[in-house]
Amino acid sequence: MGPVRESFIFEFLYCHLSLEASCSSVRIINIAFIPESLSWISFSLTAFFWIFVFVNAALVGVLALIWGERRLIGKFQARLGPNRWGPLGLFTPVADAIKVMFKEDIEPTLSDKLIYVLAPILMVVPVFMIFPIIPYGAKTFLTNISVGVVFVLAITSINSLSVLMAGWASGNRFAIIGGIRAVAMLLSYEIPMGISAAGVVIVAGSLSLSGVVDSQVIPNAIFQPLGFITFLIASTAELNRSPFDITEAESELVAGYMTDYSSMKFGLFYLGEFMATIASSAIIVTFYFSGWRGPSFIPSEIWFLAKWIGVIAIFIWFRATFPRLRIDQIMSLAWKGLFELSLINVLVLALMIAIWPDPTGMQLLLMTAINWIVFLASVYIFGKILSPNLTGNKIKKRSVIYGLD
Amino acid sequence: MTRVLTGSDIENILSSKFKNQIEFIGDDYVQVINKDSLDVFNYLKIDQNYDLLSSVTSVDRISHFEVVYHLTSLQKNESMVIKIKCGADRIDPNVKSVVSVWRGAELQEREIYDLMGIMFEGHPNMKRLLLWENFEGHPLRKDFVS
Amino acid sequence: MSTELVTMNIGPIHPSTHGVFRMRVTFDGETIIDAEPIIGYLHRGSEKLAEERTYTQVVTLTDRMDYTASMTNNQAYILSVEKLSGITPSERGVWLRMIASELQRIAAHSVAIGFLINDLGAWHTPLLYLLREREKILELFEMMCGARITNSYLRPGGVFMDAPDEFWPSLNRFLDEMPNRLDDIENLLTDNEIILARTQNVAILDKNDAINASITGPMLRASGVDWDLRHRNPYDYYEKISFRRPLGTVGDNNDRYLVRLHEIRESLKIVEQCLDLIEPGPVQPEEVPFLVRPPKGESYVPIEAPKGELGFYLVSDGGISPFRCHVRAPSLINLTLLRDMVIGYKIADLFVTFGSIDVNMGEVDR
Repeated sequence: MGPVRESFIFEFLYCHLSLEASCSSVRIINIAFIPESLSWISFSLTAFFWIFVFVNAALVGVLALIWGERRLIGKFQARLGPNRWGPLGLFTPVADAIKVMFKEDIEPTLSDKLIYVLAPILMVVPVFMIFPIIPYGAKTFLTNISVGVVFVLAITSINSLSVLMAGWASGNRFAIIGGIRAVAMLLSYEIPMGISAAGVVIVAGSLSLSGVVDSQVIPNAIFQPLGFITFLIASTAELNRSPFDITEAESELVAGYMTDYSSMKFGLFYLGEFMATIASSAIIVTFYFSGWRGPSFIPSEIWFLAKWIGVIAIFIWFRATFPRLRIDQIMSLAWKGLFELSLINVLVLALMIAIWPDPTGMQLLLMTAINWIVFLASVYIFGKILSPNLTGNKIKKRSVIYGLD
Repeated sequence: MTRVLTGSDIENILSSKFKNQIEFIGDDYVQVINKDSLDVFNYLKIDQNYDLLSSVTSVDRISHFEVVYHLTSLQKNESMVIKIKCGADRIDPNVKSVVSVWRGAELQEREIYDLMGIMFEGHPNMKRLLLWENFEGHPLRKDFVS
Repeated sequence: MSTELVTMNIGPIHPSTHGVFRMRVTFDGETIIDAEPIIGYLHRGSEKLAEERTYTQVVTLTDRMDYTASMTNNQAYILSVEKLSGITPSERGVWLRMIASELQRIAAHSVAIGFLINDLGAWHTPLLYLLREREKILELFEMMCGARITNSYLRPGGVFMDAPDEFWPSLNRFLDEMPNRLDDIENLLTDNEIILARTQNVAILDKNDAINASITGPMLRASGVDWDLRHRNPYDYYEKISFRRPLGTVGDNNDRYLVRLHEIRESLKIVEQCLDLIEPGPVQPEEVPFLVRPPKGESYVPIEAPKGELGFYLVSDGGISPFRCHVRAPSLINLTLLRDMVIGYKIADLFVTFGSIDVNMGEVDR
């Protein structure tokens, strides 16, 4: 019961149920009725309540994201986006959800039934586990586990297994290619993602997400831009979003690993994918945009929400703008580009922290300046000098010539 | 402006080497004999620079079938029409495939085989193009009742 | 490491086969070993149908061949009929159909570029930008003849009706706007690193191979051959028009994209010149009979359609309907080298190459 009891929102509800002695200071109204000897009941009730709230909030968040993504992409594409069902088309995802639920559930004859059913579940469940550990505000978090960063990296990598299972179990060649591509890509991008996260941990000196937020006097996005960029690119790949959506590449593999899924099984993949976007954005906000921190005239939860929506909008912007990369280009970007860039970032940060273990204000600014110099230099070297070798395709801007008369 | 060669122009080009091959000289085409037609086409392509095969098609003349070749020379900016009569009657028409001369005939000859039923000897992949494999008959023939 | 080859049927129902195209592709991992195009899913027997319709009625069949470029199909057919029956078209009619066919070329190239970028996985954004411009052209067509896609606007001797007065200001507005829109598209696409990395040096088509395989149109010009029938064999009044022919330097997918994009700009200039030269008058000569009855003979007039050389080989037996009507379909013939172009490249390149060839299944299968 340890880490959960550190959470203010958990403790607040718990203390209004339990007559525990330590609770009297937290209680605002005296309505507690469960005796201390039965504290497991009050604990369970509180836990159930918060699980209910978090799961439903995540689901509503997905609906909101689907609506927001479609509206925003509509704006990017010079059209209206959904606008028929409800004010501003707000109920469109609800209608979608109902439609998906009532569709016929098809199981292909060639499928491996058990794995086929398990895959969508495995896609969704791990993502739910990320939401409780994210600090949404100064006091608003459900639990603060001491290895939060490792937990996040571990949980987000489960979905590559789910994708492989789905691709394999479908018994469809589009699906198996999608699944194999997914494993190759997701495993490759785990590495730059993990190393970039190591940069965050080095600066924070703590593996807990609250510690990461507390450490960011200067938001990490500004303090270590190189780590931010590599993490952002790697997490775009982890989310299977454009330009890294080769696993479900519509124009190549129809729908990739979920080609043969229909009805609510497809719905779960859809749900898991959008929920992963939300969760990843929350992690990016926590790691690189100083989480809930901000000038105190606005509540910390609002700060978090605003940054969160901003990061999600970046992902939507990516999707609306970039064409897809090819599989070999994606792999070489991971191994020949991001891997080295994230290593450089960690190396520089570690050296600076070794020199200034407890930086003062001026030293922080100096470190930021050094980081920016390293960032610009390495991006220039990798982007301009090495880029022809990165993809194995010597690209050159060209134009047409005109026929002579 | 692309110069469209008249029948006598084409005859002038061909007569030096293939006098015996010419079967008939029309207003704006020359009909060559089915046998050894590849030699004529090779000559036209390599020596006369007719490097673009614009179109291959066929006509059901009721009494017989004929295959029509539209050739273009990009350098000289000229075009000509060569025809081949596939036998004297409607039975078992076949001509030599020109795929070895111009790759561009590959799909067009398959289409002609499919719709008109003319066999092209020496075509690398002579099977139906548009219709399914066990379709009966060749729909562009005049005797095909739709 | 040796792996088992995988053979897959891609299509006829697939998001990026531009209709009902099917390919039987053999992969070694992600690399293409063999690709065989299988077509015929949209075969409607247009050539046979044409033999049972009068010369004017066949115009409606031509609309439905390349349905992204109905006007140029009409034009190719009408030119062939005019040559066959010796009709001299009226001047204003010819100018109108030149305007129409150049606008159609812009529309068709917009669709081609849009879907090419879509095959690259760009999530519809450039496609929708280009379709928005195409929509304006379709609205212009609607003013001209009342139809948007299947126009059937042309008749032997010209066109069937004059464009209304409100057409001309709309056309001018379109001509003013379009270059700016094209600049937007170019800013978004032309120097985009991902597009360059995906399209450059992929599926290179050699000049001589292209000519030998009868490939025509933007694809041939992307391989560096200066062969544009509007320039080399000016039909209609293209002699009085000056325009440049964009040519590619390498012959890869990127060049095919660039050539189409620059051809749109040239087409805009052609329309502007047509606007300067067009004069009032009848749009169809009085003496054209209702039922065209050409003398015995045959004709083939190739024109430069958006996809390549399009020509109708018409044989007349003196009756009111063609004895034989063959379509030289550029889409079909440009597919000849698809297999050679994609072998050795990755799965993703297959669709991009297919998109860059720009085929229209309505025309491939007819």
